[in-house]
Amino acid sequence: MFDYLPYIREWNFPHIWCSGCGDGIVLKALIRATDGLGIHRDEAVMVSGIGCSSRTPGYVDVNTLHTTHGRALAFATGVKHASPNLNVIVVTGDGDATAIGGNHYIHAARRNIDITVLLYNNYIYGMTGGQVSPTTRKGDRASTAPFGSIEPPFNISGLAKAAGASFVARGDVYNVKKLEKLIKLAIQKKGFSLLEILSPCPTAWGRRNKMGHPVQLMEWLRDSTVSMEKWEKMTDEEREGKIRTGVLHDVARPEFTDEYAKLVKRLKAEK
Amino acid sequence: MAEGAPASKKPAIIRVKLEWCKGCEICVTFCPKNVLEMEGGKVKVARVEDCTKCMLCELRCPDFAITVE
Repeated sequence: MFDYLPYIREWNFPHIWCSGCGDGIVLKALIRATDGLGIHRDEAVMVSGIGCSSRTPGYVDVNTLHTTHGRALAFATGVKHASPNLNVIVVTGDGDATAIGGNHYIHAARRNIDITVLLYNNYIYGMTGGQVSPTTRKGDRASTAPFGSIEPPFNISGLAKAAGASFVARGDVYNVKKLEKLIKLAIQKKGFSLLEILSPCPTAWGRRNKMGHPVQLMEWLRDSTVSMEKWEKMTDEEREGKIRTGVLHDVARPEFTDEYAKLVKRLKAEK
Repeated sequence: MAEGAPASKKPAIIRVKLEWCKGCEICVTFCPKNVLEMEGGKVKVARVEDCTKCMLCELRCPDFAITVE
C-alpha cells in the first residue's frame, strides 16, 4: 500500500473527475513518481491552465498555481525563470496546451526551458461538453461533430519534438507502472520534457464513440498501445491503429535558464 | 509496513473507501484473481483469500478508493 494522504488535499476529495476518468490514475502515478525521486513538496511547483486535467493541482499539497486557459506554460516559464532550482511541473490537456495555448507550447519547447509538461490527451474538450479538440481523431463523433470529425488531429508529441523539446514521451493510464517510470524520466530530464498521457474521456468522448464504459476505454488502451521495442519490429500494416508508448525522443540541448545565467555572468565580467 | 518490504505471506487486507468509490469497475474487471465484485454500484471485496497483492486495483483506481496491504 502506498500512502497518498500526506500528498493530497484530502478535504477536496472525492475529486470532480467522472467515474472511470484516467486523470485520477495519472495523479496517483505523479505522486508516486515524485515520492520515488525524493522531491520535497517545497521544491515542487505544479502549474495548470483550464480544463479537467488542469484541476489536478487542486488535489496535491505542493506549491500550486491554477492559471488562465492555455497560459500554464507562460506562468510556469516565469516561475522557472525566477527560481531555476524549483521542479516546475505543468499539468495541461490537449485543448489547453495545443489549441488556446498552442503558441506557448511551441515556444516553451523551442526555448528548451527546464519544465516538465504532463499533457493529458483525452481526445476532446471534456469539461465544456465534448467539442472537437485538436486531438479528436478524424471520424470521431463529438458534440460539434455529430457526424464525425473531418479534421486530421495534431500529433502533439511530434509537434513538441519538431519545436525543439529535448525529451518527448508517451504513456497511458492502463500501463500504470510504465507511466510512473516515464513521469520520473520526464522530471529528471534537464530541458523541456513533454509527456503525452493518453487518458481518454469516458463521458464526452467514449460515450459518443462506442466506448461508453471506462472499462472499454481501458481495454482499448491495453489493445492499441505498443512499446517502442515492439513498434520497431512491426510492419507498417501491423502498426495500423496502434499507438506507440515510451520514450520517443531524448537529446541534450542547451537549456534556457542555464543560458540566461551564463549571459548574466558574462555581462557582469565585462563590467 | 516499510516501503519496499518483500511481499509477506500474510493474508491481504483490502480496504475500500465507499464514499470515494464511483463504481467505474476498473478494479473489478482487471483483477487477475477475480477478487472483487460490484454491489449496489460500488466495489465489494468478495474473495479476499484469493488476493495475491499484485496491487493492480490500487494502482489503477482513479478515485484513491481501494488499498491493499
